[in-house]
Amino acid sequence: MTEITRREFLKLGAAGTAGLALVPFANPLGFDVAAAKRRALDLRISGAKEVHSLCPYCAVGCSLIAYTKEVNGKTQLLQIEGDPDSPVNEGRLCPKGASAMQLATSSRRVEKPMYRAPGSTKWEEKSWDFMLDKLAQNIKTARDNTFVAQDANGNVVNRTEGIAFAGGAAFSSEEGYFATKLMRSLGVVHIEQQARV
Amino acid sequence: MTNHWRDIRHADLILINGANPAEAHPVGFQWFVKAKLDPTKGPGSGGGAKIIHADPRYTRTSAMADIYLRMRTGTDVAYFGGLINYVIQNKLYHEEYVKNYTNASFIVKPGFDFKDGLFSGYNSSTRSYDTATWGYDTEGDPIGGAPAGTTQAKAKRDMTLQDPRTVWQLMAKHYSRYTPDMVSSITGIPVDQYMQVAKLVGEMGKPDKVMTIVYAVGLTHHSTGGQLIRSGALLQLILGNMGRPGGGMNAERGHANIQGNTDHAISWEILPGYLRIPAPGQKNLDDYVRVNAPKKSDPNSWNFFGTNYRNFMVSLLKAWYGAKATKENEFAFDYIPKPAVNSSWMSIYDQALKGKMEGVILSGMTATSIGPDSNQVMTALGKLKWLVVMDPLPTTSSEFWRAPNVDSASIQTEVFMLPTTHWIEKDGSFVNSGRWSQWKDQVIPPEGDARHDHWVLADLYDRVKTLYKNQGGKFPDPIMAATLDYKDPKKPELDEIAKEINGKNLATGGQMASFALLKDDGTTTAGDWIYTGSYPDAGNLSKRRNGISNPQQNDPTGMGFYSNWAWSWPLNRRVLYNRASADLDGKPWDPKRPGIQWNGTTWTGDVPDYPATMNPKDPAAWLPFIMNGEGVGRLFSNSMLDGPFPEHYEPFEAPIPNPLHPSVSEDPVAFLYDQAAGRPNRFGKVDKYPYVATSYRLTEHEHYVTQHVPLLVGLQPQAFVEVPQELADEKGIKNGDRVRVFSERGKLEVAALVTKRLGPMKLAGSDKPVYHIGIPIHWGFVGVSAEQNPERSKYWLANALTPMVGDVGARTPEFKAFLVNIEKI
Repeated sequence: MTEITRREFLKLGAAGTAGLALVPFANPLGFDVAAAKRRALDLRISGAKEVHSLCPYCAVGCSLIAYTKEVNGKTQLLQIEGDPDSPVNEGRLCPKGASAMQLATSSRRVEKPMYRAPGSTKWEEKSWDFMLDKLAQNIKTARDNTFVAQDANGNVVNRTEGIAFAGGAAFSSEEGYFATKLMRSLGVVHIEQQARV
Repeated sequence: MTNHWRDIRHADLILINGANPAEAHPVGFQWFVKAKLDPTKGPGSGGGAKIIHADPRYTRTSAMADIYLRMRTGTDVAYFGGLINYVIQNKLYHEEYVKNYTNASFIVKPGFDFKDGLFSGYNSSTRSYDTATWGYDTEGDPIGGAPAGTTQAKAKRDMTLQDPRTVWQLMAKHYSRYTPDMVSSITGIPVDQYMQVAKLVGEMGKPDKVMTIVYAVGLTHHSTGGQLIRSGALLQLILGNMGRPGGGMNAERGHANIQGNTDHAISWEILPGYLRIPAPGQKNLDDYVRVNAPKKSDPNSWNFFGTNYRNFMVSLLKAWYGAKATKENEFAFDYIPKPAVNSSWMSIYDQALKGKMEGVILSGMTATSIGPDSNQVMTALGKLKWLVVMDPLPTTSSEFWRAPNVDSASIQTEVFMLPTTHWIEKDGSFVNSGRWSQWKDQVIPPEGDARHDHWVLADLYDRVKTLYKNQGGKFPDPIMAATLDYKDPKKPELDEIAKEINGKNLATGGQMASFALLKDDGTTTAGDWIYTGSYPDAGNLSKRRNGISNPQQNDPTGMGFYSNWAWSWPLNRRVLYNRASADLDGKPWDPKRPGIQWNGTTWTGDVPDYPATMNPKDPAAWLPFIMNGEGVGRLFSNSMLDGPFPEHYEPFEAPIPNPLHPSVSEDPVAFLYDQAAGRPNRFGKVDKYPYVATSYRLTEHEHYVTQHVPLLVGLQPQAFVEVPQELADEKGIKNGDRVRVFSERGKLEVAALVTKRLGPMKLAGSDKPVYHIGIPIHWGFVGVSAEQNPERSKYWLANALTPMVGDVGARTPEFKAFLVNIEKI
């Protein structure tokens, strides 16, 4: 690794214009920032566990190595890097992949199930049980209201017309398959994800 | 992709259309650059692959290209059609491939015709085609030896390609109208530049040369999206580039797992493995196979998909409904819902606007930002009884009821925000654009109260099931019957589901090793047949990690297949249709870049798309494209609803009438949602909206989720549009000025980035230069930028501008070509 980051480059007073740092550039500074950086990083991840992941963004499918450590019984994420062994990315990452850690450990997460009643102007924090029970009843009601067992021509169609399910381009494949299976079993015909949008 | 990322380095010529890989898929772009820097690649005597980028906007991809063509958005059929014409007229096609590996020699029915922009069979009152004439002239009885419902009479062929009713002659005639002058007047590309490209493309029909076409949603997001892609595929077929390393049609997909979840059919029209969803009137499996399975139309066609259609469907039904799927009840075929009409993305909101949709569940997907026509989508969400948003972070859909300018109290929709886990908090596979299914491990535990999406769905399903048990209700049978044979049915492990997807032999209990072994008698299961083989008894092959640190061992052919890194469908094949990479005798077209080859007893190289020991010289040997009924690539196809050959139609909002046939300017069968529902059409005309707009992504953002990532917001902090310098001068707009961009449907108020990356172009039928305005899609009223700019972010939704119209078959919205006006605020 001989790369220096854009921030370091800027900090040292040089004019930086590179948006992408795919190609390692030669060290223009006369001393070895990279080696120092590597040492700092080594200290940061020494003794850490190496876990394999993938980039959550586009579908190049860049492999990631995540470094974690158990601190007071809690798994802490220390660092995410491109996996140099991958035939797809050979260790490289773009700005999004390189900042994946900030998505993974965001402080902006929705922390609790939130409910907004019809006509209300605010969210209310609710329990999972409250949400799932209410929702299960909604699904049953909508299904029973809009279920068509036979169409006007007498064809058996067994479809639920009034519920749509959409999503899943960030699902693991197995979650996606499972969602399809459950939704079709509920009779849902409006099933979509990001493929056409 | 027919091929995969690493494979692009094998190309001599790279055509990039409707895509900007250097910015939107930057790490994948390294393989383009590798080809360019490889002196053994390239047209003529080599010296490096040439990259040609055709796009309205000069991007970093253009900067790395050898030729950049400023092309009007949505005119790629004209671009590829012109190249097809050039290759045919100058006899630069790969003749042996065209004759033997495509349907060029097939004779088309006498009634087929194309005139003044319309194919035969058009019905203007229903805006649809009767496709009865879009077929082959046949002889004799249906071909024997095939399962019921999967065969038809043999198609007549003329191997000299001289019969005027051959696909080849009809195709040559069809594209003879696409002269360089015509192409230039449609696309805006100057003729001399276009001819430079045509000459390079013309070289790629030589067997020892190969070209790839790479595209993204810049091709799909049009009312002619399907045909834009097909026109590229036709060019690749006549050049003999399909099935070959360094060739193919390669779609760059935009989210981590669109590919995997399309394969697993989170898509209204299919079941897992691209089996069609049954339609009303298909009463049993016989009907289903007869209507949907490809038909064997040549004695030498294996018709593998058609032949196995029933095996795959029955194995799926057994995976889903277990003991309740029996021979007597047609393996629970009635449990599968049968949609009456198109039920795709736009249809969901169309139904909601009509008051017919009670609830929508959105998971990792925000309807408001995606659109099209975001304002209308928000109206639709407001007509629902309930909306569920499953996401780790707030979205413009979870917050739609308190969006700027919305009176929250008037919205009667009940909204549920369910905090779900991030990708890194769970394991499972992602499938990349190259069809590689790669497993990821769980890195960290779920944050706080967040739950996995599939556990939320499993729990919800369980509660619905209990309600049906206790209260009764409409046809609960499939709900009760669905198999949930997991250690904990409310918390299935993804590894357990991966095993189910692969399928098993019910007699032995062992995992299936190949989909070729699946049966229609209820003795096998397969949740998704194209993944059968991914999880044999030996374990989950997506977890394999034999990578580039040991190329001698892990890439013995040196072709970059890396067969023991992850797993790719089907059967770990890395290049689809690879039988077509070798000639009739089984020798690679280019020995330097072999896909597979026949060594006298077996096929070697990549996993063959062909029986492993089938001697190609055997007169009974199968034709190369084993998935098609014809056994060959289809230059003419009745599978498209808007014509057997791609034809250029203008976007629904276009700056000029169609120069080819002004009276049929737009796609005559595209579905007009608003018009059909009795709402005003709201298409803008060029007098009021004189500028062409197109939308796209930036490197630093991915759709909308990155609005929550401060580092990325820091790199691209605020909403803007790109305005060509000449137009900005005309309008008195300076770089950084705030501007209003508006269409017939909505407006944006953002900063102007004045640039030379966009510029004027000259088109037929327009006395003034035509300008494009570029619109990045990433901003809205939720996220870090919006919180920092609460006033300014009121009009940041790019898709407030886009029209609710799309491709007739795929129903991809026309996000990439519409009309706007612009003014300084």
